Amino acid sequence: MSDVATDKTPVTVLTGYLGAGKTTLLNRILSEPHGKRYAVIVNEFGEIGIDNELVVDADEEVFEMNNGCICCTVRGDLIRIIEGLMRRKGKFDAIIVETTGLADPAPVAQTFFVDEDVKARARLDAVVTVADAKYLAARLRDAPEAKNQIAFADVIILNKIDVVTPAELAEVEARIRAINPYAKVHKATKCDVDIAEVLDRRAFDLDRILDIEPDFLHVDDHDHHGHDHGHDHHHHGLKHYHDEDMQSVSARMDGDLDPNKFMPWLNQFTQTHGAKILRCKGIVSLKGDDQRFVFQGVHMMLDGEPQRAWKTGEKRESKVVFIGRDLPEDEIRKGFAACAA
Amino acid sequence: MPEPSNSLTEHVRPLASGEPVVAAAFLDGEPVLALADGRLRIGEREVVAHPEGAILCALKDGERLLTGGDDGLVVATTVNGEPETLADEKGKWIDAIAAREGAVAWSVAKVVRARDAKGAVKTWTSATSVRGLAFLPKGYRVAAAHYNGLSIWFPNTEAAPQVLEWKGSHLDATCSPDGRFLVTSMQENALHGWRLSDSRNMRMTGYPAKTRSLSWSHDGHWLATSGADACVVWPFKDKDGPMGKAPRECGVRPHRVTATAFHPRALVVAIGYTDGLILLCRLGDAAEILVRDAVPADGAISALAWDSQGARLLFGTDAGAAGLLVLPA
Repeated sequence: MSDVATDKTPVTVLTGYLGAGKTTLLNRILSEPHGKRYAVIVNEFGEIGIDNELVVDADEEVFEMNNGCICCTVRGDLIRIIEGLMRRKGKFDAIIVETTGLADPAPVAQTFFVDEDVKARARLDAVVTVADAKYLAARLRDAPEAKNQIAFADVIILNKIDVVTPAELAEVEARIRAINPYAKVHKATKCDVDIAEVLDRRAFDLDRILDIEPDFLHVDDHDHHGHDHGHDHHHHGLKHYHDEDMQSVSARMDGDLDPNKFMPWLNQFTQTHGAKILRCKGIVSLKGDDQRFVFQGVHMMLDGEPQRAWKTGEKRESKVVFIGRDLPEDEIRKGFAACAA
Repeated sequence: MPEPSNSLTEHVRPLASGEPVVAAAFLDGEPVLALADGRLRIGEREVVAHPEGAILCALKDGERLLTGGDDGLVVATTVNGEPETLADEKGKWIDAIAAREGAVAWSVAKVVRARDAKGAVKTWTSATSVRGLAFLPKGYRVAAAHYNGLSIWFPNTEAAPQVLEWKGSHLDATCSPDGRFLVTSMQENALHGWRLSDSRNMRMTGYPAKTRSLSWSHDGHWLATSGADACVVWPFKDKDGPMGKAPRECGVRPHRVTATAFHPRALVVAIGYTDGLILLCRLGDAAEILVRDAVPADGAISALAWDSQGARLLFGTDAGAAGLLVLPA
């Protein structure tokens, strides 16, 4: 995923709990006159109302890689399907993978880290989660799958906002933020979002990791620029929640990290706590290196590379973010702080 | 690199393809290419085997070419005849295909079907998706590679398939010509083998990539494999197969081997690489002869096939180049 070869087919993963509106979004993507052709991998065959040329029925076969890593699960059917779709290369521009409502997005994402052939031909673009504004709060209480999907997302479509009150909407938004403050949230009715906000996000491209700030620092209805308290407790008018088990932990530091401390720490931490970590991301300044080092990961899988030279006048600082379940916040902060050069 | 005198490049003529080549074969002596877009090139003739589909898998059985498409069709084509549809799975992808003496087996996700030479079709459903199929040389038995192992199915009996377990995801399946060993390629960049007499496991590891091309020598004693920066050839002559033995490595280059094909009469293996280069390598003394120079823009060698005499070698690439080597008499 690090090398952005232009001929790699982008893959968008569409998740969302049952009834949230995934199919509505999919039908919108397929029916809009954008001139793009999509290959669609679905699990509930026949649900798509649009006559699309390339619809592939998938089995959502998740299996463990026999490599000693228990959270290293991949979608076997996806490896097979992407290989097969490449026989029709040139007949479509992008791939959309619709998962079932109860699916964990991790195996889908990990497939793009693990399988060399998939990696060579396709790139994971973003995980897009459709959430029901009315029922999400309840699902976050009773359905761990729904929480996973929110925590994992790069883009969240908060759908059906027409059937909730402004207070309910603020409430559900705050609940989303408590779990994942970094995803881009779009409020929608019948998934009426600009398709450009959903597709071609390049959320997994190391080249595109520009900054790591909670999304609500960027959205139009707030104007809190440059606020960075080095932790996640941004209130900014939103009611603040702590999710009981899923949260994000970020740590920031001015100046350089010692690469001989940071790299082993990051590897060791993700190996030890990989099962709890859903996503991680970082931009770090390594001592003696003129380039910004960026990384991102899913569970135990990490992908990192020098991104670009630090600009003159740019403040050299390091920031890491982990989203996951029962994260050891103290251990992250202390471990990261100990990596100072 | 081989010396210029060890080159056969002047004896290669390019063939029109224009589409990624999925498989190559000779049917009644005519070179045949199966193309990704559903067409077959048979000598100068073009036949559309899958009008609405892409070819996912193909292999030769007798003097016909069998193709499975993402249109759900299993099609048999002979050198002069029109394509004959053997099965229609209603748009579901044909993931794997196998054949022996007129019998054909194919898989659609978890469903495996076997059609005997008379046309009777039997069905078995695996617990997980089947990625590779192989007929055993004796009896009416089909080996199916799937997650966590391989099953040997007897289509004409009601008996449950014999399961050979090995953790991991198994892709292609092949049986040694003498029927003693079954081998699968794996998602985990390894091969796995079983000795049928006692189900003993054989691990063949060390590949940097997946092995997707497997070729048995004419005497059945060697298995040539892709997936490394050399053609890795495993010895299967002895009763323990490759256990405790090192494989031969032929044609070591700083490029990945993507296709292998043993000569039908001699211990010479044709090796194709990611950069489009093709070598012939003699197993006895590792002598190498260049067949085709690297043409990176042409893509990786995706298909290699010898004619029955071993006088001609047909090849194709995944970017749509193809050619025919005619060995000098």
